[in-house]
Amino acid sequence: MTAMNNCLVRLYDEHHALEDYQGGVPRWCNGCGDNAILASVQRLCRDEGLAPERTVFVSGIGCSSRFPHYMKTYGFHGIHGRALPIAQGIKMSRPELHVFVNTGDGDCCSIGAAHWIHAIRYNMNMTLLLHDNHIYGLTKKQVSPTSPVGTRSNTTPRGAFLAALNPLTVTLGVQNASFVAQAVDWIPEVLYQIVSAAFHHRGFSFVRVLQRCPEFLPQMFEPWLHDPQRTLLLTHEDGIRPSPAIAGIYRNQQRHDPADIDRAREIASSEDPIPVGILYRNPAIPCYEDLRQAGQLRTPEMIRAGLEAELDKFTVWPAGAEPAVAG
Amino acid sequence: MNATLEAPTAPVSAPVAQVLQEHIVEIVSDAGEGAQRCGQSLGAIAAKMGNGVWNVEIIPAEIQPPARSVAGASGNRIRIGAGPISNGGDETDLVVAFNEQVLLGRVREGELKPGCTIVLESMWREHRDAAIAAQYAATVGQLRADGYQVHEIPMERECQKIVADPRRGKNMWALGMLCRIYSLDLALGREQVAYALRKKDATVVATNQALLEAGWAWAEAHLALRYRIPAQRATEPQVVVTGNTALALGILASGMEVCAMYPITPATSVSHYLSDVFEKVGGIVHQAEDEIAACTFAIGASYSGKCAVTVTSGPGYSLKQEALGLAVMAEIPLVVINVQRGGPSTGQPTKAEQGDLLTACFGSHGDAPKVVMAVSSIEDCFYAVITARKIAETFNMVVIVLSDASLATAQQPIPRPQFSAEWLAPPIDQSPVPEGARAYDWDPVTGLSPRFVPGQPGGMHTLTGLAHDRASKVAYDPANNEAGLHMRSLKLAALQRALQPPAVFGDPDGDLLVVGWGSTQGAIREAVEELRAEGERVSALHLTFLQPMASGIGEILRRFRRVMTVEANWSDRTDDALINADNRRYSALAWMLRARYLVDIDCWSEVRGRPIKPGSVKAAIRERLTGRAGAAA
Ligand SMILES: Cc1ncc(C[n+]2csc(CCOP(=O)(O)OP(=O)(O)O)c2C)c(N)n1
Ligand code: SF4
Ligand SMILES: [Mg+2]
Repeated sequence: MTAMNNCLVRLYDEHHALEDYQGGVPRWCNGCGDNAILASVQRLCRDEGLAPERTVFVSGIGCSSRFPHYMKTYGFHGIHGRALPIAQGIKMSRPELHVFVNTGDGDCCSIGAAHWIHAIRYNMNMTLLLHDNHIYGLTKKQVSPTSPVGTRSNTTPRGAFLAALNPLTVTLGVQNASFVAQAVDWIPEVLYQIVSAAFHHRGFSFVRVLQRCPEFLPQMFEPWLHDPQRTLLLTHEDGIRPSPAIAGIYRNQQRHDPADIDRAREIASSEDPIPVGILYRNPAIPCYEDLRQAGQLRTPEMIRAGLEAELDKFTVWPAGAEPAVAG
Repeated sequence: MNATLEAPTAPVSAPVAQVLQEHIVEIVSDAGEGAQRCGQSLGAIAAKMGNGVWNVEIIPAEIQPPARSVAGASGNRIRIGAGPISNGGDETDLVVAFNEQVLLGRVREGELKPGCTIVLESMWREHRDAAIAAQYAATVGQLRADGYQVHEIPMERECQKIVADPRRGKNMWALGMLCRIYSLDLALGREQVAYALRKKDATVVATNQALLEAGWAWAEAHLALRYRIPAQRATEPQVVVTGNTALALGILASGMEVCAMYPITPATSVSHYLSDVFEKVGGIVHQAEDEIAACTFAIGASYSGKCAVTVTSGPGYSLKQEALGLAVMAEIPLVVINVQRGGPSTGQPTKAEQGDLLTACFGSHGDAPKVVMAVSSIEDCFYAVITARKIAETFNMVVIVLSDASLATAQQPIPRPQFSAEWLAPPIDQSPVPEGARAYDWDPVTGLSPRFVPGQPGGMHTLTGLAHDRASKVAYDPANNEAGLHMRSLKLAALQRALQPPAVFGDPDGDLLVVGWGSTQGAIREAVEELRAEGERVSALHLTFLQPMASGIGEILRRFRRVMTVEANWSDRTDDALINADNRRYSALAWMLRARYLVDIDCWSEVRGRPIKPGSVKAAIRERLTGRAGAAA
């Protein structure tokens, strides 16, 4: 069935226009960074010619988790924090589908943190976009695990008590991390390159996107927007290759080989300047769905034979009715 | 008393076996001494002989309780009968114990018949620790004084003739002895040892077979106990399985492909067995990071492919509740197996209880109509999963299958299932969706709608746990919200119309109807049958579908002067000073029947962490019949 689908898709669905991926009109606030993420993902789908019916966007709950509604693919708008296990179930039963996960900083790093850690270990072939606006948007401005210490929110009116959690160092610290990148919503060209690299990586691609929430934290990323020197652009033949225009603006660059995990960890811990680019990539780590041989063709005959063999183990035959022992 | 070690009972010359209609035998030891395996094997051998059999595990709450402790009894109880056996029965007739302390635990729990036969390891009498020897002597003396028939047997010493460490192997020696006592076929015993140790190498099997034979020979030469329970080999093939194995086989036979779980007693053994065999037929058991992940993983698998299953027990079920609300709202088929237990944390709570019926019917959040079924026999465990899968996919609903710890480890021969291709779902639909079709085109009468699966061209939509309209668009308007609730509720009615009314066990009317659900069926029927034989006008009704409930139940209830439920969950005792008709908390099914049928239904329940015994049910029914209990003031 899988092979059949593949060739059908090749035959009929070669080209798609951008509109083919545009679902409902986004209901995000003006200036919300989620719009930029949506634009680059729609562009990716078009450029890669992804069949809309074989592409699934899975999300949790939050402003960012509305994302699937704005794609004209299959979508699964799930429950808070649980996008990852839903996506894993989909991938396990249908490994041929393209699976994307959209999740917020609360969704992924707080309520869904256990799933995030284990998703890294499973290393299933899917792309996760962490829309990290450092705040809970949908529920109207509560502190998030990634809010910097001192952030004033409705639950921390005198400022956040704790130092922020760094999703990059956490991810890079977990066994089987295979793709870790950071993008910012305000440099669309690099965002696109990163999303594209994530899509092409076979394994669990973790992309943190620093995303503006003008509604609740209008000042949060202002210093970085105004001073390009505070962005550390990671470049490499195997990573981001900025256009001359971008390279001209973001001059604080560093050549970083995504194969170098020690250096990746060092870079990941830098909060200022913020690193942008591909921190780590290791295509050699096996995917859980491959280890589990997902997507096997099953026939009723296989199931029948398997069941009969199992029943044989427990069977008491009437006298004289034992089946002939097979050789 | 002391000097009988050489020949604990006078050497015997071919005693005549006493013919019995049934016997309950148990074997108990410290955990890890293999009494479980001995009992399971004994049950399997008797079943192969053609006896009715019901095995129940005796499980200590801790994995490694201290040796020789009263709370540490681990083992198995086997009820063997000349005819079919539907439950574990009452107290034990004959017990084999590896030390007197675990035996004492069984005595104190009231599990042994007064004056029953005890076959006891005698090595403790001469133990080098004087305190242990004294403890043993005192206990045996007391048991004899209390009327128990104690046979002291040098099992350890006899086993040492074959193995260096009798902790490995005494169970098989005891099995041989029991085969002799119950006149079972030694050749079947040898086969069973080979099967039980199939994962071990040939020398291990040979050693254990030698132990089996030694146990047999010793009993032949030294023990006067001889019983024979007439057996009739079935004319059709039977499979001897536990409830949890039957559930796993049901999963396999249902054609489901993904089972996501997180370990929890007593559900875990379903996934142990399934993990061993599922991959051979292309299935996958996924042990997730927690129950929430297990449930949502199964939901994702169901959404994009064939209906999936998640297996759990009470506390795990609690964690799945939010996800179940999502599956209900988004109309994703899902089978949830809850092998119920008593409560939170671990230990005693892991034992038998029917505690989750109301949670299953009414849990999650908001209105979340789900189908709830309960299995009441080992055979049910197998077929219920197949039915559940079919209902889940026909109605795009969550189907909860309730089993419990009593059935989980109970073992019984059942007719060997004959595979049918109808058990399986058709391959997932990948055909294009017709123009204009909508993901939730609810049929206004049945509430049913199609299911668009990824891969279907033209079916693209975003499924959501939010209220949505027929096109799966998030709906903020009240009319759409209400329409969705309406349609999802209608599906239960549509299923209900397809259910057959349950059959009454006994006469269709009378003085008392006993209603039950789940694992108590065998015990209730046995009690009712005995009372009927004694002339009482009692009948029983057992429900498989708890939500929705079949038509016709109300009429059945009204044909009896009184109705009561028998359940293994908490209900307030009417003789408590504070309890009256205004505040009494009823057992789960009693609540539900009272609410639906407006009949004044009473209940009797027991929560002792063990299967309810037919004798206890009989006593409770008697009390109701004589009017001495039940009517809360
Ligand atoms: C179980 C549960 N708890 C709480 C909520 C409420 N809730 C919805 S979204 C959200 C946080 C959203 O923040 P984030 O994940 O950062 O997403 P954003 O809105 O910022 O994109 C919360 C707490 C919920 N929907 N479900
Ligand atoms: S509240 Fe913030 S995150 Fe949510 S849509 Fe508005 S700007 Fe975006
Ligand atoms: Mg956020």
